[in-house]
Amino acid sequence: MSRYIPNTQEERQKMLKEIGYSSIEELFGDIPKEIRLDRNMAIPGPMSEMELLRHMRQLASSNKHTGEYTCFLGAGAYDHYIPSAIDHIISRSDFYTAYTPYQPEISQGTLQAIFEYQTMICELTGMDVSNASMYDGATAVAEAVLMACQATRRSQVVVARSMHPEYRQVVNTYTKFQDIPVTEIGYRDGMVDMEALEKAITGETAAVVIQSPNFFGIIEDIEPIAQLAHKNKALLIVCADPISLAILKSPGELGADIVVGEGQSLGNPLSFGGPYFGFFATTQKLMRRMPGRIVGETTDKNGNRGFVLTLQTREQHIRREKATSNICTNQALNALMATIYLSLMGREGLKEVAYQCVQKSHYLYDKLINTGLFTPIFKGPFFKEFALKSSIPVDKLNRHLLDKGIIGGYSLEKAYPELGGGWLIAVTEKRTREEMDALVERVGEIAGE
Amino acid sequence: MSRKLIFELSLEGKKGYSLPQLDIDDRAIEELIPGKLLRDRDANLPEVSEPEVVRHYTSLSRLNHGVDVGFYPLGSCTMKYNPKINEDVSRLEGFSKVHPYQPDETIQGSLRLLYELNKILCEITGMDGVTLQPAAGSHGELTGMMIIKAYHKNRGDEGRDKILIPDSAHGTNPSSAAMAGFQVVEIPSNDRGSVDVEALKDMVGKDTAGLMLTNPNTLGLFEEDIIEIAQIVHDAGGLLYYDGANANAIMGITRPGDMGFDIVHLNLHKTFSTPHGGGGPGAGPVGVVTELVPYLPSPLIQFDGQKYYLDYDRPLSIGRIKSFFGNFGVALKAYAYILTMGPEGLREVAETAVLNANYVMEKLKSYYDISYDRICMHEFVLSAQRQKKEDVSAMDISKRLIDFGFHPPTTYFPLIVKEALMIEPTETESRETLDEFIEAMIQIAKEAEEEPDKVQNAPHKSPIGRLDETKAARKPKLRWQPEE
Amino acid sequence: MKVLEDLKYAKGHEWVRVEGNKAYIGITDFAQDELGDIVYIELPEVGAHVEVDDIIGSIESVKAAADVYSPVSGEIVEVNEELETSPELVNEDPYDAWIAVVEMTDSGELDNLMDAEEYEKFCEEEA
Repeated sequence: MSRYIPNTQEERQKMLKEIGYSSIEELFGDIPKEIRLDRNMAIPGPMSEMELLRHMRQLASSNKHTGEYTCFLGAGAYDHYIPSAIDHIISRSDFYTAYTPYQPEISQGTLQAIFEYQTMICELTGMDVSNASMYDGATAVAEAVLMACQATRRSQVVVARSMHPEYRQVVNTYTKFQDIPVTEIGYRDGMVDMEALEKAITGETAAVVIQSPNFFGIIEDIEPIAQLAHKNKALLIVCADPISLAILKSPGELGADIVVGEGQSLGNPLSFGGPYFGFFATTQKLMRRMPGRIVGETTDKNGNRGFVLTLQTREQHIRREKATSNICTNQALNALMATIYLSLMGREGLKEVAYQCVQKSHYLYDKLINTGLFTPIFKGPFFKEFALKSSIPVDKLNRHLLDKGIIGGYSLEKAYPELGGGWLIAVTEKRTREEMDALVERVGEIAGE
Repeated sequence: MSRKLIFELSLEGKKGYSLPQLDIDDRAIEELIPGKLLRDRDANLPEVSEPEVVRHYTSLSRLNHGVDVGFYPLGSCTMKYNPKINEDVSRLEGFSKVHPYQPDETIQGSLRLLYELNKILCEITGMDGVTLQPAAGSHGELTGMMIIKAYHKNRGDEGRDKILIPDSAHGTNPSSAAMAGFQVVEIPSNDRGSVDVEALKDMVGKDTAGLMLTNPNTLGLFEEDIIEIAQIVHDAGGLLYYDGANANAIMGITRPGDMGFDIVHLNLHKTFSTPHGGGGPGAGPVGVVTELVPYLPSPLIQFDGQKYYLDYDRPLSIGRIKSFFGNFGVALKAYAYILTMGPEGLREVAETAVLNANYVMEKLKSYYDISYDRICMHEFVLSAQRQKKEDVSAMDISKRLIDFGFHPPTTYFPLIVKEALMIEPTETESRETLDEFIEAMIQIAKEAEEEPDKVQNAPHKSPIGRLDETKAARKPKLRWQPEE
Repeated sequence: MKVLEDLKYAKGHEWVRVEGNKAYIGITDFAQDELGDIVYIELPEVGAHVEVDDIIGSIESVKAAADVYSPVSGEIVEVNEELETSPELVNEDPYDAWIAVVEMTDSGELDNLMDAEEYEKFCEEEA
């Protein structure tokens, strides 16, 4: 028997006998013979722990990673610093081997941590209420769109083209099956084109969806967009970078009705794109339309403060086809990582991270422009990411950098054919002056070839 | 005593972080970002030192019950052991520090892993193509429902807007179908707890898009008529969707593909041992038969004989369902688990899970009601209706189990059983543990008759007493507020 | 279980009290008891036009949610806003805690509803 199964063959026989069966086979008697698998599955294994470790190490070593390469790649996943304590805490198996806290009396750890998480998300976004997390930034946006349609009883949405291409794709997938038309509005100077927006909003628009800082790294001017949306009784959905919210005015203050975003930056490893988590916050007024788990404060029979899952009538296990969403399992452990991250960084630390992102990205921006090899594509203010037009083909540029131990920027042309030669560079607080100067030097080398 | 929140430990000037000094000349922030876009007031995050943060969350963790703490027979959730080596390998830098948009030649290890896992899951389920994008079971259901819709639409078969779902199904099933724009039609269960085949015959028609079924179903019973059910739905022009929540019972024994299903989702966090994380992350890969492969979300991972690559050129695809490539870190642990177990190991898992469930059921049968008296698969459903007569509810019994060190079973589900207690022991438990649980359940049944208040007021030994959920829902307090 | 003599009853466990052309609508003692502690009530919008069996609100307890259907057609002219902050009033006195008032367009529809005796029998069958 496998080392993960305590019962021996002998014990299994004894148990069978005790309950009146002579073989395991009898227990599967309800399964018709025609559909029984009469052979072993053709899959690899078994492997001993040593063999497995060797195999996995081999796979891991055929990847390149940001531990050995300097990363200037962002575009929705960022190489921020992750304090050591986070992994130690989430490695406590009372956290990671538990499930959804259905039984509050023996789940206060998870429940209280979620309550703290919800509070932190409300503080960062400037909203009244937050849920316990969504799958990722993209699905959080898509669920926000569906929620806005339910809340306004309208069925059209306007989405900024300056939002992450994959988020727009996920929104398109979710909406097309409910016959919700999506109008995409373009950008001017890298920001939402206000004239186009004004034309696109109608009395049928449920929501305007923007990202800030947007996919190009530029901070959108949220307030006039909110005014325009609200004038037409549409909701404003803002997808935000949580790190930026340490220093940027919160979307809530600027008029957003739903604020969502990708939470990976908050203490979650890159992990080839997942697991991450999406955050989701809204106003008191829209609280009961929110998807997902929500934790609330209450008391026990002795008057002690405690926490429970609440407002559950919104959810699939009660309302079934009338639920606000089908989401059940979300990304609790990833949200816990963010909670610990925000506790460690705290008010000052998160501001410092944001501040360094701004300073360093502007330093590198100036340096790259000064090489004469790049020109700015946009004019708007940016946070930690910026787009340049490269005179050297981006693929060639990135290939050369890779040879020199640098993971270069994102090629914008893939998602924006109109931005040929576009190179999107992310600079987090982790990048040093030395690394940035090295990037500039390597770029110079290739130009000289 | 109430426990402090992290915010209540905060004191101005404390810090739990260290960052290097800025190594470039900084400029006034207003020069870089217009002042009107900047905050006037800080976000009120706590200020706490590192040891305090560590102690705070460590003490919180100790209030939780997890699989590593003790028996966790939460029906339909498959709370099996989470192997430690899988945690280690997921933290190898070559996996954890890889950016999803790195060039293909720098991510061959990750792509190969996903590609191989796809092939393995195809073999386990009897499907022909798999996507690893969905992040959880219900996300997989949604993906599957979209595939059904896209398939009929592409064939010009427009009137198929109904999905048939048994009345015993999980809430996610009807909810996912509705989210994909379908109407839900409920199929009644017969007196054996299975789909009523005669009723099904009357319900299918030109408007049938498909049937969603969990097999073994949520009562833990195998749908014996599955071959006929598949025939009926297919003859009507519909597709069959397999909810893999209960796949732990059948690995290596039978496969959804052989039963006649067209689409399958698996919960890697249930059947394939990846940790539940207190409510995620999970993963809900979806497998389909050949005819439906073109509809799978984009991109798919392909191998050209030399290198692995991402295939975006898929015009019939439903589109993207999640950013990047799904929950890679979860897929990785499931892959490691499968390699560790091998084909015979996975079969032993199913056999042992089914044996353990039958063992517990047989021993408890005379103390609790059982709605459908037949062999169960990996889980079974008791009814506390007998105890309810003494005014002891399924909830009370659940809470009393906490005093014995056990996590309660799933209560009040499925909805078609009154006072339901759904018990799934999994293969992880030794006979000794099962015997202890059986003893506790028998004792509680006795208490319900002799001293019901002991059960009604349980738990007595938990870190906190029974909580007032009505109060929480009437006046929702969903965040901490500083005292004025 | 309490049933009042002078009210009309619908199969969805709503009661109707007629005052002139106005129908006061609430849920019965049986319904509130089935739901348990009520935590939230969603009220309809004043001015909305409703037909028989249109959903005019929903009542939620911790673990259940039930829609309220209009037993008559007409216009919603008033809603009981007190229930927004004190949903427990429905548990305390279901026949006093009306949910909405409909200005009826066809009082003949009242004839399709049950009287107290019929409703009592109806509940016995359901239980």
